Amino acid sequence: MELITTLLIVTLRAGTSLLYATIGEIYTERSGILNLGVEGMMMLGAVTAFSVVYATGNLILGLIMAMLVSGLMALVHAFLSITMRANQVVSGLSVTLFGTGLASYLGQRLGPESNGFSLSGMSAEKFTAITIPGLSEVPILSAFLNQDIITYLLYLIVPISWYFLYRTKHGLTLRAVGENPKTASAMGSNVSKIRYIYTLVGGMLVGLGGAHLTLAYTPGWAENITGGRGWIVIALVIFSGWNPSRAVFGAILFGGINAVQFRLQAAGTNIPASFLNMAPYLATVVVLAVMTILSRKKRGKFASPSALGSSFSIEDK
Amino acid sequence: MRLVLEKREAHSYKMTVLVPIISVGVSLLIGAFVLLFSHVNPLATYVYMFIGAFGSWSAFTETLVKAIPLMLTGLGVSVAFRLRFWNIGAEGQYVWGAIGTAWVMLYWNFIPNPMLLPVGLLIGMAAGAGWAGIPAVLKAVWKVDETLTTLMLNYVAILFAEFLYYGPWRDPEGYGFPGTKPFPEEAWLPRFSGRAHWGLLLAVVAAVILWFVLSRTKWGFEIQMIGKSPKAARCQGVNIKRNIILVIMLSGALSGLAGFAEVAAVSHRLQKGIATGYGYTAIIIAWMSQLNPIAALFVALLMAGLLVGGDQIQMMMGLPAAMGVVLQGLLLFPLLAGSIFTDYHLRIIRNKGGDA
Amino acid sequence: MKENTPVLRMEGITKRFPGVTANDNIDLELYPGEVLALLGENGAGKSSLMNVLAGLYFPDEGKITVHGKKVDIRSPQDSMTLGIGMIHQEFMLVGNMTVAENIILGMKDLPLFPPMAEVKKRIRELSDRYKLKVDPNSYIQNLGVGEQQRVEILKLVYRGAEILILDEPTAVLTPEEARDLNRIIKTMLDEGKSAVFITHKMDEVMEFSHRVQILRRGKSVSVCSTKEVSKKDLARMMVGREILFDLTKSAFSPGKERVRMDKVTVEDETGRKLLKDVSINIRSGEILGIAGVAGNGQQELAEALTGLQNISSGTVTIDGMNMTRKKPIQLIKAGVSHIPADRGAMGIVGDMSVSSNLAMKKYRDDPLSHRGVLHLSRFFQFAKKMIQFFSISTPGPGTMVKFLSGGNIQKTILAREIDACRGILVAVYPSRGLDVGAIEAVRKQIIEQREKGSAVLLVSEELDELISVADTIAVMSEGEIMGIVSTKDADIEEIGMMMAGEVRSEA
Repeated sequence: MELITTLLIVTLRAGTSLLYATIGEIYTERSGILNLGVEGMMMLGAVTAFSVVYATGNLILGLIMAMLVSGLMALVHAFLSITMRANQVVSGLSVTLFGTGLASYLGQRLGPESNGFSLSGMSAEKFTAITIPGLSEVPILSAFLNQDIITYLLYLIVPISWYFLYRTKHGLTLRAVGENPKTASAMGSNVSKIRYIYTLVGGMLVGLGGAHLTLAYTPGWAENITGGRGWIVIALVIFSGWNPSRAVFGAILFGGINAVQFRLQAAGTNIPASFLNMAPYLATVVVLAVMTILSRKKRGKFASPSALGSSFSIEDK
Repeated sequence: MRLVLEKREAHSYKMTVLVPIISVGVSLLIGAFVLLFSHVNPLATYVYMFIGAFGSWSAFTETLVKAIPLMLTGLGVSVAFRLRFWNIGAEGQYVWGAIGTAWVMLYWNFIPNPMLLPVGLLIGMAAGAGWAGIPAVLKAVWKVDETLTTLMLNYVAILFAEFLYYGPWRDPEGYGFPGTKPFPEEAWLPRFSGRAHWGLLLAVVAAVILWFVLSRTKWGFEIQMIGKSPKAARCQGVNIKRNIILVIMLSGALSGLAGFAEVAAVSHRLQKGIATGYGYTAIIIAWMSQLNPIAALFVALLMAGLLVGGDQIQMMMGLPAAMGVVLQGLLLFPLLAGSIFTDYHLRIIRNKGGDA
Repeated sequence: MKENTPVLRMEGITKRFPGVTANDNIDLELYPGEVLALLGENGAGKSSLMNVLAGLYFPDEGKITVHGKKVDIRSPQDSMTLGIGMIHQEFMLVGNMTVAENIILGMKDLPLFPPMAEVKKRIRELSDRYKLKVDPNSYIQNLGVGEQQRVEILKLVYRGAEILILDEPTAVLTPEEARDLNRIIKTMLDEGKSAVFITHKMDEVMEFSHRVQILRRGKSVSVCSTKEVSKKDLARMMVGREILFDLTKSAFSPGKERVRMDKVTVEDETGRKLLKDVSINIRSGEILGIAGVAGNGQQELAEALTGLQNISSGTVTIDGMNMTRKKPIQLIKAGVSHIPADRGAMGIVGDMSVSSNLAMKKYRDDPLSHRGVLHLSRFFQFAKKMIQFFSISTPGPGTMVKFLSGGNIQKTILAREIDACRGILVAVYPSRGLDVGAIEAVRKQIIEQREKGSAVLLVSEELDELISVADTIAVMSEGEIMGIVSTKDADIEEIGMMMAGEVRSEA
């Protein structure tokens, strides 16, 4: 039981950044914009958060700046894919390529002179787990209540996002824009504006996910810190069927894979480290393939927004 | 007054050439701001980068060393993109090319050493093709999203290579260095100057063949149809599934060839650091060259220049070499923004009195 | 009715698009309690004019007055606020949302948390009042076309629309459903509402409207009272010249059987049956017309014959050879040519040149290619010949097809398919969306194939077209053949009942 609880603690910690980014990308994709720049935005969010906290010691400022920088990258993608009607796959890829490059550059540039301007190996303020007295002894449940503030915030964001999407006026419009922009436009929605807004919102949440990596999960900066998490997020969005509440399961699954992987590594198994590290990537391919094959028979429930990835203009006939 | 985008009456070929050239300028301009922000002189930085990459013959040969794998992976990605198959797995396919080649070079003792090179080439290409075949089959048969599968398989390939050179293939006399034994010297791909090697010829030949196949053959015609309208191609009796699998395996084979050239001519062993992101730069090359194989050669050279230039400014000015990668990434933004002008043009509309 | 002041007046409306003037200085008036038919060919500017009212387009010039007040319609919401509601040709509904959600989508005064219980209650009240039976909880994607149209109408009345604009509303309806629609509109007129009815069919003008306004090439050519004109007058004004309704063709004398389908069933991925036990046969020199409301399996039938659909049971035989579950290429080789339903997506590759598109059936063999290598100069010669023969209007063989007009795109497809046709032609909605001149050309080509002894399958949603072109008509409803009748003793009334799935006749 204790093992399960400790595994669960790590699972939730590892899953937090994934879930933030997944919910962010769900907002974006629900509006019909496919943003493959998650990896790059997450990386920029991570380096921004850490460098700001390193320089100022202000954790909240770190979060805000991470959201802003990541949001700015999302706006670049929005401009290219909405206003300039560029290919969304390539535009997202370029955000990732540029974002990872810039993050790597900044990571080697924003550190102290004594460390050759590098941020690697530096330490700064970080978010620590806050336990709730009394409840922290209860097995399983205590895992949920032994987390940092960013994870706690997620307990609110998930239900709010679900409610927003399915029960509010704005959620209704958002779903319509991603599913059938022509209709949404004829019913008076400004499709481009809505797409800009949710691409931005999505980018900011992705930035928060990145910030959680450097400020809480593995405090500190390291080259390539996201390690493909941004891409796993894209897969998680598909697994969730574009539904924020279902995204929780995917994040827990992949957080869990991380947790087990660490546990096994620490315990010193015979399995080579390379194979353990492969697990999340292989799992993504396998789960994605299985999901795609299974969901073909059940259209509707797991279907992607119909207009995902295509540009829209009123004057087009 | 407002600006509107208006559809052109015909495709503008002038713009297809102009936009990439302007993009280079714009990316350098935005890069200048990043440099200013880092308190260095952008102009001096660019001059150092240029001299470092193209300033002398020896510098140029180093640029060529990086350009060769970029050309081949760039070609590989271009072919896949022609089908609108977003193969971002060139990195993994390249790594598998290296693994396949190393396997032949190190363990195929039953064939004479001089034969190792051609056999290594074939097995390297086959390994790249096979690795690309996995997402290709998943996509063609079950419509599994290829961006994710190709990318995820990069990590798997890199980690598998890591397992090999840290584990069973590690050179016992390597003093703990993560890498295999060197290949037999007769099996090295020859160099013609400095470290620049005949892989260049492979890349040029591959580009010419590819250009011919894509623009002058039945198969190329079918690839064009599928890429531009899969539904229409199907109506005309083109076999889509088979073509996706074949073309993507060709794409993987080209990246595998890049992996072969890298280990057979440059490192002469499979070792840590084999994966340096060529497969990702290849995406930029493919898009900048507008999927034209001949143009890809030149764009690859430019990209290699940025990488070598980035290394130079690290040595000369203490700036992170990642600046080269930043500039590469920056290239795509103006390019994407500009691509709309091949089919659209800007029109200025002056509103009438009442509307203001 | 003329004694009242108009509820709506449009004056001097001009709307330009790059290269065309869709509306050129058009005046229009609509009076309370009346239906105004807006008649014109495809591309005459009917839809653009109404989109100006719906707030989708903003006119370059002109003035709009509603209830005597000059208004400025900048957005669909402005339009709704003025009580104008439009039912577009392509329904403006979101498939994966419920009826209730669709009805309130985009309403201006909607609270942040829409009270769905109240919304549904009102929808039920309104659907009782106008006899528009719809369940507010069902998802749009599970509804039939007729039901979807009812949702569209509900959407308008829910928002209190006083001026209804209906863009070709009967195109997707069975004759019976169309009569229902007429009845619903009448109920609304009695409440003082008024309607603009866009159509290109003369019969509908007669049936639905009080007055008719005719548009031609973006200009208004005439406005008159429906009672005072004949169908023939309308046709002349619409096209601008006398048109021949009769196509000459030789007497029907079918030869040997070329195509036979036996109890063919087609299912989609979820196992739903799109075709149920369909059996047809087509003989040499015969045009078999397929009638039915769009979306009742006609397209799947054509695609089963061209190898594009997976057949789950039954057999397809061509010239005595079993061609069931054969690939498209094998059917092409067996002599089947195909003019597909969705010409933009299936018929052409828009980003390729006219010459490449024309070569798509013949590039595999000599003379266009040799041992896998293309002979590009012959591509051009071939294209020039075809462009001339089929009078395709294009700047040149090298122009990308997407820059051509709809009619010329269809001519390009027609040229390629007819040139390559070796005995069997499958044409799906070949005249859809074309102007009269192009329609005539298309129909003549199809008849010419029959004269040459080909077996033709013609899918159409226009009964007129089937009756004037086809020799035999098979009527489809919900994936089944309801009956097969000979054109010369076709009874429109009976065909209509079969289209609605209410009558089955023995062939």
